[in-house]
Amino acid sequence: MTILWTDGLIYLLVIFVTVICVFISQKPQFKRPLQKISSSKTGMVSLLILVFFVVIGLLDSIHFKSTENRTHEIISLLDYWAKPLRLQSEKTYSSPFSAYLYSKETITLENGKTEWGYPRLKYGGVHLNDPDNELSRDVLYKASIGFIRGATLVLLFTVLLWSFYHDRDKAIFKSAVSKTVWLTLFLLVSISYMLIYLSSYYHVLGTDKVGEDVFYQAVKSIRTGLVIGSLTTMIMLPLAIVFGIMAGFFRGWVDDVIQYVYTTLNSIPGVLLIAASILMVQVYMSNHAEDFNSLIVRSDMRLLFLCLILGVTSWTGLCRMLRAETLKLREMEYVQAAQALGVKQSTILIRHILPNVMHIVLISVVLDFSALVLAEAVLSYINIGVDPTTYSWGNMINGARLEMAREPVVWWSLMASFVFMFSLVLAANLFADTVRNAFDPRRAEQGA
Amino acid sequence: MENQLLQVNNLSVSFKDDTVVNQISFDVFKGETFALVGESGSGKSITALSVLRLLPNNALVSADKISLNNENLLTIPEIDFCKVRGKRIGLIFQDPMSSLNPVMTIGEQIAEVIQIHFKLSKQDIQKTVLELMEQVELPEPLRRINEYPHQLSGGQRQRVMIAIALAGKPDLLIADEPTTALDVTIQAQILNLLKSIQKKTGMALWLISHDLALVSNMADRIAVMQRGKIVETGITKEFFKHAKHPYSLQLLAALPSMTSCVDKPLSNNAKANDFLKVEQLKIHYPIRKGFFKRIVDYVKAVDGVDFELQKGKTLALVGESGCGKTTLGKGLVNLIPKTAGRVFLENIDLSCLKAGELRRKRSDIQIVFQDPFASMNPRMLVGDIIAEGIQSLYPKIDLVDSQAQVAALLKQVELPVESALRYPHEFSGGQRQRICIARALAVKPKLIVCDEPTSALDVSVQAQIIELLKKLQKEQGISYLFITHDLAVVAEIADDVAVMYQGKIVEQGGVEQVLMNPKHQYTKKLLQAVPQIIN
Repeated sequence: MTILWTDGLIYLLVIFVTVICVFISQKPQFKRPLQKISSSKTGMVSLLILVFFVVIGLLDSIHFKSTENRTHEIISLLDYWAKPLRLQSEKTYSSPFSAYLYSKETITLENGKTEWGYPRLKYGGVHLNDPDNELSRDVLYKASIGFIRGATLVLLFTVLLWSFYHDRDKAIFKSAVSKTVWLTLFLLVSISYMLIYLSSYYHVLGTDKVGEDVFYQAVKSIRTGLVIGSLTTMIMLPLAIVFGIMAGFFRGWVDDVIQYVYTTLNSIPGVLLIAASILMVQVYMSNHAEDFNSLIVRSDMRLLFLCLILGVTSWTGLCRMLRAETLKLREMEYVQAAQALGVKQSTILIRHILPNVMHIVLISVVLDFSALVLAEAVLSYINIGVDPTTYSWGNMINGARLEMAREPVVWWSLMASFVFMFSLVLAANLFADTVRNAFDPRRAEQGA
Repeated sequence: MENQLLQVNNLSVSFKDDTVVNQISFDVFKGETFALVGESGSGKSITALSVLRLLPNNALVSADKISLNNENLLTIPEIDFCKVRGKRIGLIFQDPMSSLNPVMTIGEQIAEVIQIHFKLSKQDIQKTVLELMEQVELPEPLRRINEYPHQLSGGQRQRVMIAIALAGKPDLLIADEPTTALDVTIQAQILNLLKSIQKKTGMALWLISHDLALVSNMADRIAVMQRGKIVETGITKEFFKHAKHPYSLQLLAALPSMTSCVDKPLSNNAKANDFLKVEQLKIHYPIRKGFFKRIVDYVKAVDGVDFELQKGKTLALVGESGCGKTTLGKGLVNLIPKTAGRVFLENIDLSCLKAGELRRKRSDIQIVFQDPFASMNPRMLVGDIIAEGIQSLYPKIDLVDSQAQVAALLKQVELPVESALRYPHEFSGGQRQRICIARALAVKPKLIVCDEPTSALDVSVQAQIIELLKKLQKEQGISYLFITHDLAVVAEIADDVAVMYQGKIVEQGGVEQVLMNPKHQYTKKLLQAVPQIIN
């Protein structure tokens, strides 16, 4: 097993989140908010979808050296399972569920003659003899087989669970929320199974310019998106929260210093800093070539530095908001009452200020999450984003720039990255909303 | 009767399942002053807004009849209703701060209404605006016309609001708590102004208020509202002589009365045991200007104050807003640094203590704030809020003990013990103030600074809180520094009174002596302005 830098950080993050979850679930005062989350349909469904994305991302973060051919390439568990998808590349563009290439070529027929037309694909739909007539029926047939297999899997699993637990708490199976969650799970697993099954016969979302499967690219991009979203936030949050609250609460010279720092940082264009740091990394890597001997290690380093520098440039906005909110809160009478009771300033910060600015943090983090994924796309445009060999929605969107101008239009790359990004960001938004409502005691009373 | 101006029959307003106003009927006659009285949440403002159709969309309004001058208001389409609002019915809100647009000049805001309702040339509008400003007795109208709301004082802003309401020459003026946000002396001026304008123009005034004393001076007729229903209507004089409904009687009984201080035992042998002694206390705020934030001047919020307070007694600090009384209170609790002067508590000079000793001394002086909604962290359980002081000042007390203490404190302030596991927003204003008192009591203070603890509460709740404070004083011998602007409350609770004016104490002495026989000019003025129930 090989642990890349970002892998290690992701493992740490997972451990950290697990510890927090365990800690929260044991405190009695968090019982009500947790119940509130678990009884919200939107919350649970979006959590399920988020978990699904995270699981894919985690599978893609367990790397090892492949033994399949002698190159000793570093691949992930996801790559290993998706071997056909990864290796079966076509010559160039092909549309979803197609058996032909998307562009005309000279084809050498069996009798030696040449013809100008659309050649058959090497892998997509090869099992068909007469694609023009058989294709749609075959796709439907294979789709239903996949769906039924997936559905059977979920049903089997449910029956197993039922037989173990139905005696203990029947309520769990009867509540409306668990029905919705079950339905989502059913659809999620069945459809994924269907897609996986189909993708061993067809390119479900077509292929890109160099003939790589777009479905595979989109799935691989999940990890990149999650890494950029979560690691950047992890770097940005502590800076923004600590500096913002301190500036607002202590005022005076502390406020002055922090304000100078972020005004200075803000006045330097972010792109400039990002470009500089990415160039720095590249120079470092070319000077220490022996440490960065594989393509994936190099692109991982670049991804890590991108997260770092995005984190360092993006904390100022949240910091300013938190400072303003803290300025307001510190004049609240409950803060003054705490001061009159001799509560230490650090305790006041943690107990009175921090919980009351958390809603701002939560909202802006979730909004930033989508902005960061987009920022990555924009940065790829001027060649200072993630490494071109890294699969990312940004790179896919960037590539789609030229594809959209092509005639006939190649729409599937853009569509695929859009659908994946949309569902991830939407799920994150809805879940964050539920969490915020659940942890606000004033809202907790008033239904959804 | 012939001269009915506004008739309302069976008006009901509900939000979702909540019926806020329940089948009420009343009339307002031409030229009279009609007062709608009730506690907060009784639906009196909603009634006024529903007549003007200013309620939010989720409100369900139903009425058999709402008519103005025998013209049915219910059938007027929305587009024509704009000519009723502002032109035939004027409206004044409670808070003059937020009801004026801060980026428009006074003149523009008054002119806006005239432009909508009358077709006049620019010069004529300007002339009308000036006339209106003279009518509401704004000083120097020619200069004020180009000023912005922040350049005016609270009373002047309310005058502008009245000018705007009068601009359409309405038949009916609705005044929704017009003076609640103002000081007593300004309140008296505004009420006099309203009376004189009413006399001149002959319009009807519909006054909405929670203040029975004020209403007794102003209104011809009065209606008492309780939980969405009008429980009693009557001629004002008769009402205050013999009210019939139990709720009206309860309201009247809860009113603090100025005469309650008569025959209170005097706090004798004053020099025997000085508990709290304040000498030449000054609190100045620096005004900083320029790039290097040099101090150019000071705001002298508290400017050389001396007073003494004895153990187990109550000193009331009275004054108008901005006179420095709150600053003085916070300075005593060490929430604001003192500029000069000395504070002795049981003969220990607090201003000479080091930081650590001062922190321990914090338990001796505690504070209860005015706004029960802002004085508790909304994200903490009530139990934790009360226990906070115990944890911070008595760290040796373990969790079980402190929980037992919290339970005992809740009992003391007459709240159920289960309250400890609930959040502040689940309680009413009065209950919250009880929690705040429990929080202050938790560290066993010798002195509690009460900063207007009852001014955000209804009269009946105010009476309960005052009773509670008195009870606690009797049981535990706590002293209070009671900061307030309400002289009637002072009469109820205080032993001694100090009157503050522009950062200085202008008069102090026993409560009966100061309230019944004031010496200083300012105290006299203050006392005259307090509305009294006329019997």
